[in-house]
Amino acid sequence: MLRYVLNRVLLMIPTLFGAAVLVFVLMRLIPGDICVLRLASGGGMDQQVLANCRQEIGTDQPMLVQFLQFMKGLLTLDFGKSMWTGRPIIDEIGLRFQLSLQVAIMATITAILIAIPLGTISAVKQNTWIDYVVRGFSIAGVAMPSFWLGILIILGILITSKALFGSPWMPPIRYVPLWVDPFYNLSMLIWPALATGYRYSAVATRMTRSAMLEVLREDYVRTARAKGVYHKLIVRRHALRNALLPVVTILGIEFAFLMGGLVVTEQVFNLNGLGKLFVESVSNQDYNMTQALVMLVVAIFALTNLFIDILYGWLDPRIRYNR
Amino acid sequence: MATISRPADQAPSRPSRLAQLWQFCAENPLGAAGGFVVIVMIAMAVLADAVTVYDPTRNNFGAMLEAPSREYWLGTDQFGRDLYTRIVYGARTALSVGFISAFVGGTLGLILGVASAHFGGRFDLIMQGIMDVLMAFPLIILALAMVSIFGTGTQNVILAITIPFIPRCARVVRSSALAVRETPYIDAARACGFGHARIVMRHMVPNVFAPYLVVMTAAVGQAILLEASLSFLGLGVQEPVPAWGLMLRGGAQDYAESAPWVAIFPGIAISLAVFGFNLFGDALRDWLDPKLKV
Repeated sequence: MLRYVLNRVLLMIPTLFGAAVLVFVLMRLIPGDICVLRLASGGGMDQQVLANCRQEIGTDQPMLVQFLQFMKGLLTLDFGKSMWTGRPIIDEIGLRFQLSLQVAIMATITAILIAIPLGTISAVKQNTWIDYVVRGFSIAGVAMPSFWLGILIILGILITSKALFGSPWMPPIRYVPLWVDPFYNLSMLIWPALATGYRYSAVATRMTRSAMLEVLREDYVRTARAKGVYHKLIVRRHALRNALLPVVTILGIEFAFLMGGLVVTEQVFNLNGLGKLFVESVSNQDYNMTQALVMLVVAIFALTNLFIDILYGWLDPRIRYNR
Repeated sequence: MATISRPADQAPSRPSRLAQLWQFCAENPLGAAGGFVVIVMIAMAVLADAVTVYDPTRNNFGAMLEAPSREYWLGTDQFGRDLYTRIVYGARTALSVGFISAFVGGTLGLILGVASAHFGGRFDLIMQGIMDVLMAFPLIILALAMVSIFGTGTQNVILAITIPFIPRCARVVRSSALAVRETPYIDAARACGFGHARIVMRHMVPNVFAPYLVVMTAAVGQAILLEASLSFLGLGVQEPVPAWGLMLRGGAQDYAESAPWVAIFPGIAISLAVFGFNLFGDALRDWLDPKLKV
């Protein structure tokens, strides 16, 4: 197992390095001088200001030096300063990390809670109306943009709250950590988690269904039936456990969608998280911030897939020997 | 010695195109539904001028946030622009972004994937390394990074969406091309002394066309969704170009309660379009290449 884990970790390094090189090169592909671009919008261009700006982001240095500094910054988690607010990027990220992480975890839980029961029922009741409803529900999840779902949720909250209490209620906007005021916190973050989680669950539901269908036709399920095991127990213990493996993989692959969903949903619900910071950095041409956040996302994505690989190896010992 | 001959009229005739189409629809009702949505969308985009009466970009402050009525079928937005008209013209934006980026990204992926499989060795290794790195970026994150470099606007959005598609198509095509590479007809082509270009373009590319078409169809749906997301974030297509994602930005949320149609109809358009292309792509996959079924 240790060998397998080490192997996976080592495989991740070239990808991350390559991603860092790509981000570095891309950010230098920006036509023209970043400083000129940024300062030109502010009216007059003072040579001294321009030189200061260049010095600050290091574009006055040779490429190789810039690259080494960039890599050193990544390794020491020192991404430099935001070109928009002037504050250290790591602080800006730290402020918002907690919120986005919580929404991500809640969305994942939502997705699992939707996907596994629905996928299982759909497979057990194959070709009945339940199956069709579940399949329709999951197909709709893939097609519906999560930001639109978010808008619909807000609309739903407004209409229901108005009908119930007479005045419209809106989820709170200011973030309070879960342990300070759990009710307040959840009443704010449950909605974006639902919007993102539903989208995230859609593919996993389909995967659970097809994996269950396959497993339910296996010999050991028939054997269990023959020896008189209860139907529920067969589904839960014999079938579902084996069907969960591909579902775990798909959750890892689809994790990219979760992060993409967060970027968009935070905008809808006006949450001050990493996704919003990312969108703002792109529209403010805060290149330092953009490159730091892109690297952060790539690292999280790679780590999640590493985690999934390890989990997979742990769940299915055959994998460890085959690869 | 009796020769077995079969009269001409008993020869198995190939079913006509129409019969084939009918069979496809009967076997894949969902795919046919998807195909129908796709055709309606294309018709809307092409005939936009003929099926609408209003100007999609002109403000009309005399008719702001009007509810759906006989005059304004789907109501109007906060600038008094007819939503139906904007949705129909929005199909033009969505489809042009979707088709161009899926086609260009898919085709570049096709060429790179086939070349990677054909040359093998170090070339393949390096190409796969680059593709792995590109795949390490979630789709929308890479697209946003591209927007931060190239800027917003329709053309830049197409570029930003095209690039992330290349590795995704290249990977699928490469795995099919690896199988094609081992077939006797490629050996024969090599034995004939054909050049690399001829082997790749004439012998390998046509034989990996099925996965290419399948990936491309799925990519159109994804591209439409991605364009809508970027436009919604204000980093995609810019006003006053009618685009579905853009229609959900700003006004849709502010007026959600008093004028819900502004928020509802463009979302339905996006969902239906993506739904159509996904179902059509799935059916196409099952029909063209059952091996690709997940």
